[in-house]
Amino acid sequence: MNRVDLVALFLHFLALWFVAIGGPSTILPEVHRYVVDVNHFLTNTEFAEIYTLAQVAPGPNAMYVTLIGWYIAGWAGVAATTIPLMIPATTLTLFVGHLNDRYPNAPIARAIRRGLPPIAIGLSLASVMILMRAVNHDWRGYLITLITVAVVLRTSWNPLWLLAGGALVGVLGLV
Amino acid sequence: MEQTETHKPRVSRMALFVTFSRISLSAFGGALFWARRGLVEQQRWLTEREFVELLSLGQLLPGPNVLNLTVMVGYRFAGWTGAAAAGAGFLGWPCLVVVGMGVFYQYYGALPQVHRALAGMSIVAAALLLGTVIKLATVLPRRWRPWLFVALAFMGVGVMRWPLLWVIVTLAPWAVFMAWREKV
Repeated sequence: MNRVDLVALFLHFLALWFVAIGGPSTILPEVHRYVVDVNHFLTNTEFAEIYTLAQVAPGPNAMYVTLIGWYIAGWAGVAATTIPLMIPATTLTLFVGHLNDRYPNAPIARAIRRGLPPIAIGLSLASVMILMRAVNHDWRGYLITLITVAVVLRTSWNPLWLLAGGALVGVLGLV
Repeated sequence: MEQTETHKPRVSRMALFVTFSRISLSAFGGALFWARRGLVEQQRWLTEREFVELLSLGQLLPGPNVLNLTVMVGYRFAGWTGAAAAGAGFLGWPCLVVVGMGVFYQYYGALPQVHRALAGMSIVAAALLLGTVIKLATVLPRRWRPWLFVALAFMGVGVMRWPLLWVIVTLAPWAVFMAWREKV
């Protein structure tokens, strides 16, 4: 592994997060290019494993960049990849949130609040579909999906039980 | 058009920290499901509609969507320090946990049982997200225009696989303009 330039790593992730409209999965291809193809910090396989691991870890999906930082340069790497992730949210987002709370009845604020939710829902639906294609390999996967959705919509059980059930079904080799 | 909700429960910084810690520590496979459950169903700090509004702002702004939602919720209830408390709870723990899992994986990652358990959990996690989106969709009015934008956003990103940025840049101003004209 090369000696890592942490400042360059930090600046690259900072630039990425400012264009990451729509969430962490949008910058995934670019992170992969930078970390694997350009700098050879990680192999392709390592990258895929790290991504999967971060997906099943509790916390926002964006934490895959934290784990990448850890593998590249320990705690310093964690700081270099994770701090940039917070910067748009602490500057731009707080500013917009402030405007929205201060002027809730401005016509433009109302229009934004009514106009955007359908797009947010459509985009979330698209992510769900892409995700389900990646994890469900045959009808058994979709059967589990169906059961899980039914339980979520009809009961208020704690879904951690469902996740534990998913792990069990996996270990038994049923999916 | 309903009035903007003015009910605003008193929420302490400690409560923000604890609630967002709980949300993020339970958030296997993505935080959206758990954020909605914690904020709308359990704490009742936000109505379903307010949640969708803040989420869609968070989605339009750069950065992780639910993190954006987190700081806006923290700020709404307790100002700057509230945003910091909520953000610290939401990001601090998963940061430690994910590194812990990385270390664990270096030792036990070769075991096939670990891989199979992860595969089973990812299926359930994806389904939890689907359930959440279905619940969120119930706040949309039963008219054709909002559903047209749902369909366009879904088709553009999910089916055509166009770059998300372009889809948002094209659809968002159009959707806001339509909503604005409808009102006046």
